[in-house]
Amino acid sequence: MGDATFYDLFRRQGISRRSILKFCGLTAASLGLPPAAAAQIAQALETKPRIPVLWLHGLECTCCSESFIRSGHPLVKDVVLSMISLDYDDTIMAAAGHQAEAIIEEIVETYKGRYIVAVEGNPPLANDGMYCIVGGKPFVERLRYACRDAQAVIAWGSCASNGCVQAARPNPTQATPVHKVITDKPIVKVPGCPPIAEVMTGVISYILTFERLPELDRQGRPMMFYSQRIHDKCYRRAHFDAGQYVEKWDDENARKGFCLYKMGCKGPTTYNACSTVGWNDGISFPIKSGHGCIGCSEEGFWDKGPFYSRLTQVAGFGIEANADTIGRTAATGALAVAAVHGGLSAVKRLRDTRQRDKDEQG
Amino acid sequence: MTITTPNGFTLDPSGKRVVIDPVTRIEGHLRLEVNVDSANVIRNAVSVGTMWRGLEMILKDRDPRDAWAFTQRICGVCTGTHALTSVRAVEAALGIPIPENANTIRNIMQATLYTHDHLVHFYHLHALDWVDVLSALKADPNATSALARSLSSWPLSSPGYFKDLQLRLTRFVESGQLGPFKNGYWGHPAYKLPPEANLMAVAHYLEALTFQKEIVKIHTVFGGKNPHPNWLVGGVPSAINVDSVGAVGAVNMERLDLVSSIIDRAIEFIEQVYIPDLLAVASFYKDWAQWGGGLAGRNLLCYGDFPEKANDYGADNLAFPRGAIIDGNLNEIHQVSLDDPDQIREFVTHSWYKYPDEGKGLHPYDGITEPNFVLGPATEGKKTDIRRIDEGAKYSYLKAPRWRGHAMEVGPLARWVMGYAQGRPDYKEPTDAVLKKLGVPVGALFSTLGRTAARGLECQWSAHKLKGYFNKLMATLKAGDFATANADKWEPASWPRAARGSGFSEAPRGALGHWVQIADGRIANYQCVVPTTWNGSPRDPQGNIGAYEAALLGTPMADPSRPLEILRTIHSFDPCLACSTHIMGPDGQEKAVVRVL
Repeated sequence: MGDATFYDLFRRQGISRRSILKFCGLTAASLGLPPAAAAQIAQALETKPRIPVLWLHGLECTCCSESFIRSGHPLVKDVVLSMISLDYDDTIMAAAGHQAEAIIEEIVETYKGRYIVAVEGNPPLANDGMYCIVGGKPFVERLRYACRDAQAVIAWGSCASNGCVQAARPNPTQATPVHKVITDKPIVKVPGCPPIAEVMTGVISYILTFERLPELDRQGRPMMFYSQRIHDKCYRRAHFDAGQYVEKWDDENARKGFCLYKMGCKGPTTYNACSTVGWNDGISFPIKSGHGCIGCSEEGFWDKGPFYSRLTQVAGFGIEANADTIGRTAATGALAVAAVHGGLSAVKRLRDTRQRDKDEQG
Repeated sequence: MTITTPNGFTLDPSGKRVVIDPVTRIEGHLRLEVNVDSANVIRNAVSVGTMWRGLEMILKDRDPRDAWAFTQRICGVCTGTHALTSVRAVEAALGIPIPENANTIRNIMQATLYTHDHLVHFYHLHALDWVDVLSALKADPNATSALARSLSSWPLSSPGYFKDLQLRLTRFVESGQLGPFKNGYWGHPAYKLPPEANLMAVAHYLEALTFQKEIVKIHTVFGGKNPHPNWLVGGVPSAINVDSVGAVGAVNMERLDLVSSIIDRAIEFIEQVYIPDLLAVASFYKDWAQWGGGLAGRNLLCYGDFPEKANDYGADNLAFPRGAIIDGNLNEIHQVSLDDPDQIREFVTHSWYKYPDEGKGLHPYDGITEPNFVLGPATEGKKTDIRRIDEGAKYSYLKAPRWRGHAMEVGPLARWVMGYAQGRPDYKEPTDAVLKKLGVPVGALFSTLGRTAARGLECQWSAHKLKGYFNKLMATLKAGDFATANADKWEPASWPRAARGSGFSEAPRGALGHWVQIADGRIANYQCVVPTTWNGSPRDPQGNIGAYEAALLGTPMADPSRPLEILRTIHSFDPCLACSTHIMGPDGQEKAVVRVL
């Protein structure tokens, strides 16, 4: 019975084939795939057993778990009951102590190479790892053990992907992202503080459906969700292009939904799906609710602040004067547009340079 | 050998030691060790916070307007409450008043958190302590339907509904892959619900899992996302525009309608599902009104929250009560001040930190934190493999906060008892109704069951407050006031060179305080004292035990190797360890001295 397929489970649970196909269609749509992919997903569900997932927690705030349970499609109850076998997750599991610990060992032994480790948070390496103790031992030890025979590792959120807040200067505990500790497994980074719920479940659906990891960018993030900037698809982009900016909190421009660039919005340098997928069933995203993007899915974003200083303070960006001029005079002429687009190219150049630097360092 | 603590508890560490690590279904990392006597009654309890992140050290030299975002990441479960506390502390330091609408929207954000967080706690963090999932397979769906309909008018209650669910659950269990239910304590003799009640509860566990994501959409409307919505020093970031050019780019009528409809649905779910379930489950576990009290009948602390009018943080303007109760004397409510250096102090004698003089506590404005991970001589195991902790020495990453020297309990029960003691009708009436319905005396409140019931009442209270604050927002908008932010002191040039202030809130788990010192536009010192630090506190220099340790004493266990009873009481506090163990003072250094004696 342990190898029952999703399809079997759905069917046994009284869900009709028609409903299953509908689910597959929605999943395909949420992943931005063509309608034909729905059949492929249905095929996958009919033939695959549920993959055991060990969801470990290091130094973190549990925002990733909270985000995960917000998923509207698929619903988390369906993810947990019908898609994966979430055998270990400190936050929701019934067992505690020895009974909980025993599960990790059992899965690692029983499902060698056939389970996934999902990591929320990161291991601190200072003090022999004893700034995060689980079962009397350093978290990093358990992380290494659990990953030993994993098929793949998912690094949930900015903690696991990049270090996030506890790794911000001066990083007192030497909090370290997962890829610097686990170096011999494929790792999918799903950054964000937290990541968007449907991005999280979308990554899982993708892996289950296509039996492969999603295509990753050079930083290890799924291209399907992290290949474009917030700014590229921002619904306030037209105001940026037109030189219409919020100048002060709650000013007339704020009430008209103008661009938040001057209030420090990091949308132009942040790669994430907020302005497209949206948050909490697509209800909104930070910019739509009047606050600039703080860049929470970007590496080291805590140390690139302050959050309210505009990106022009970044060396080599260089469009501040143009934006100020545009904002003050509300100019909409060709000159202004050209200047703004010049600025955008600068953003891209900056981005490329940063990426190159990282690659060289890495 | 027994020890009597100054706060009146008797500890006997001579019996069998039981270790629970990790404690699951909480936020963060917690270890518990207890000693049981020959009758398996808990006679000694040790609460060990096992994580530390150092966020306050990270905050040093940052822009104080950014502090809310950093402190919000202390906890993603009580998301927003640290941010709220932070903007209040910074506004207090810099003397920034906020518009009436900003105060109302902040109350809406906070009440949304309460409504969501308590619901999720009951169903997803606490319910499995009372509900035997596997027993649900034996239920009669017809009888389950009859039970559900006798308790509530909630429409999802037909025999077919429960039958389908039971079928799905049966197939799930038969698959052999139990996921989060794997290795649970199913069949434990402490489970008392009949199969039908278990099936109904499992149905509502799943329904609540799907419904909770709706509640937080209120955060998304005003804060752009959840978890971790956005906040603003001086107000709220979401401008409002209901009738002029560009309204679709701001919080407009459609957005407000969305908020309104979510509030109505939340009230419905809480009153038709959560509260009836709570009462039904409680009626089978009345014996839990005798265990788990600990400090609850003695020392309780609340800072208060929900300022009804903007910019007045006095106790009379707060919908949540403020005060301290000492030695169970409900007739005397002590005044509480976050700025009085004699009231709140933190000790580190038993914490993995170092003070120049560890016999003395420090007020948060003067707080120092220097990590010092040292294990005592009675430790079993080694530094990186602790099998038994030595509570005679340092044993936790939590400090020991004390109010005028007293260990205090904070949280929903503290608030409800405080409101009850103050004779506030919105606390007293529902509390009396529940006590009457369960047929238990008022003293039953001071227990595991009382804590869990208080949280449920508070969830219902907060959902109605949510509606009240929404109506207030609409009334203000109708009167033509659309202001949401005060930007007059936004620029650091307008600030004094040196300033300090405190901010408070009631997080769902209890009293929360932030203390900030600002110099030359930057954070010079930032300290937080959080609810789980109070409740999960280790011992202080005098040997007073904290709320978790006290609450576990005297509880009988059916089978110490399957510690269901311990989970019940600890979960009734809703622990949040990431909150409680981040403390780091401005002088903190990375020089942890580690030795195992």
